[in-house]
Amino acid sequence: MKTFKGGIHPPENKILVKDNAIVELPLSKVFFVPTQQHLGAPAKPVVNTGDTVKRGQVLTEPMGFVSAAVHAPTSGTVKEITKRVHPVTGLLAPYIIIEADGKDEWAPGLPLERDPFSMTAKELLNIIRLSGIVGMGGATFPTHVKLSPPKDKPIHTFIINGAECEPYLAADYRLMLEQPERIIDGARVVMKVLGLDSAIMAIEANKPDAIRLMQEKTPPEIKVEPMKVKYPQGAEKHLIDALTGRQVPSGGLPMDVGALVHNAGTVAAIWDACALGIPLIERITSVTGQGINQPKNIKVRIGTPLKEVFEFCGGLNDAAKIIFGGPMMGIAQYCEDVPVMKGTSGILVLTEQETNLNSYQSCIACGRCIEACPMRLVPSMLSRLGERSMWKEALDFNLLDCMECGSCTYVCPANRPIVHFVKYLKTLQREAKAKGKEA
Amino acid sequence: MKDIFVSSSPHIHSVEDIPWIMRQVIYALIPGALVGMYFFGLPAAKVIAISVVSCMVIEAITQKFMGRAVTVSDGSAALTGLLLAMNLPAGSPWWLVVLGSLIAVVLGKQVYGGLGNNPFNPALVARVFLLISFPVQMTTWLQPRPFLLKVADTVSGATPLGALKTAMFEHGSIDIVGKLNLMDPFFGNIGGSLGEISAFALIIGGVYLIARRIISWHIPVFFIGTVALMTGIFWVINPNLYANPVFHMLSGGLMLGAIFMATDMVTSPITNKGKIIFAIGCGVITVVIRLWGGYPEGVSFAILIMNAFVSLINKMTRPEKFGVGK
Repeated sequence: MKTFKGGIHPPENKILVKDNAIVELPLSKVFFVPTQQHLGAPAKPVVNTGDTVKRGQVLTEPMGFVSAAVHAPTSGTVKEITKRVHPVTGLLAPYIIIEADGKDEWAPGLPLERDPFSMTAKELLNIIRLSGIVGMGGATFPTHVKLSPPKDKPIHTFIINGAECEPYLAADYRLMLEQPERIIDGARVVMKVLGLDSAIMAIEANKPDAIRLMQEKTPPEIKVEPMKVKYPQGAEKHLIDALTGRQVPSGGLPMDVGALVHNAGTVAAIWDACALGIPLIERITSVTGQGINQPKNIKVRIGTPLKEVFEFCGGLNDAAKIIFGGPMMGIAQYCEDVPVMKGTSGILVLTEQETNLNSYQSCIACGRCIEACPMRLVPSMLSRLGERSMWKEALDFNLLDCMECGSCTYVCPANRPIVHFVKYLKTLQREAKAKGKEA
Repeated sequence: MKDIFVSSSPHIHSVEDIPWIMRQVIYALIPGALVGMYFFGLPAAKVIAISVVSCMVIEAITQKFMGRAVTVSDGSAALTGLLLAMNLPAGSPWWLVVLGSLIAVVLGKQVYGGLGNNPFNPALVARVFLLISFPVQMTTWLQPRPFLLKVADTVSGATPLGALKTAMFEHGSIDIVGKLNLMDPFFGNIGGSLGEISAFALIIGGVYLIARRIISWHIPVFFIGTVALMTGIFWVINPNLYANPVFHMLSGGLMLGAIFMATDMVTSPITNKGKIIFAIGCGVITVVIRLWGGYPEGVSFAILIMNAFVSLINKMTRPEKFGVGK
């Protein structure tokens, strides 16, 4: 079975939630919509306090090409435009707060059923851009940007990422099982945009029923490829390496080797946008972990407060950590006053026993991090340099190649927070670079 | 709601921590230690007990004194103690063992900042210190005397390598090698340090460590392989002057050194490529000392010398990162 070099085998723990069918979360009374739910330039609000908004109505205007709009998750009034804690950065960030009127009325003209295959690639791309679609695996890079490669970098390999290699999470798995058509049709739209006549759907072998179903449902031009169960099998560069044998050059992008990877959820959202005119205002996510009483896979509107998600899932039980995303790369939350976002691929509540709150020791040079690193770096060295804030030296140790997958940190017997040090060093480097520009 | 914790990802961790690794190495040493106790009896058990306890006590006291967290429970001091005991003659007097523990823990480890920061293998630092300072006590070997069977000993009061060196110096020939039944060093019925006598028991431990992925096969295989190859070449050239490679592989501290001492994570290179270079270096130096040096055995010196090159080797053997080839 296809795979890459390095990586780890953490306990999957998907059993908690993987057999629970997707259920829809009841509509919240209030929604907290961060204006920045994507990587790239900010988007500025185009509504004002007191405005009435309808479901699917655009709330922000992207400032630049690498940016994405957000849309109203339901109908109601804009209660406030203010700053609150952002779930990803942990900093104060602008939010549009919407008080729902309970009617959940669509914006005029929505939903708009149409045949995407009668449209041109350019029209489809424009729809995707206006629908605020971003990478829903968690990276939240604006999808239309990935779909607009420069002329000299044509895409010939399109991969639909259904690996879902993060432990615990099963949202993509449920989506593949319950709504395979959305993914397949969305993939066909992407193929049309790129002018491709084939695609590969990569699924980790621990989801045999999803593989079987997809093999049944996909047209011959979409090939279903079972992948070895190994973290981080779903990492973009490693998926490409495993499937095509081509390595994305250091510092480069998948398009440098003619490849493009989209998460299964993203592809489904593309279908909704192109075939129904529905922008990205809801997503499927796994609410799981030993710290939640009733783990569920939920369909939830963007902006729904976390508290309501927890209530719907039977409340918390001995929660020690609340994480947006998976246990390997997810982001720990400070409080329950944060909303579900476009990139929230999972909501994980871990108990003290499940997570890792121990302190760390000196590196014993066991080399496990080097074996585990899918980027083939020397994580032990990065962590030592991190302790001493030596970001310049860390650049020589390929600091910027680290994708923070956490494999090294997972295996480190000295429990060293290597990813933490890497993030810290990258921050120092960014700050120094910004200062250099000013001077 | 109770307090929740916030930290960088990842939020889960492998169960294989430092105490777990130390436990595995201790388990792997048990066969070798048992053979030592079987052939040398109560004195061997005493040396092991004194060494382990004194290393742990000294580590705790030193850490307390240096204002560090006391980490005796991580098993690393106990392991150093056990390794030191394995490297001492079974009849060592108690003060020699305690002094060795002091050197290993304080000079070998804590002065550098504790576990992970020491450049040299602590147990070997202690062994070599003792060997140079107390040559008589460190080369007074108990005769192997099986616990239950009272069989006559083939080698009396000397190690095979020691006897070889003496024979070389005294008569310029090595007929002694022919008299040795190679099954003896395989199962441990020879003179030598407490834990080095049975190649078989040590190999069992090594296989366990490799199967548990505590060590990789590179260092033992290349270390022992280099010794076998080099001594083999000289043996082919002149079998009257040089002992055969099987003799060299099975005798002295090679198995203990190659499987347990040279593979110490802290003091060996971090990549597999580096480990191979390190192991070949260990092998070459061992053979040079054994064949032409003043000491009959060179494993400890070889490992310590190569320890000094580890950071250089690490620098030379950095892995090629993803995305520069192809």
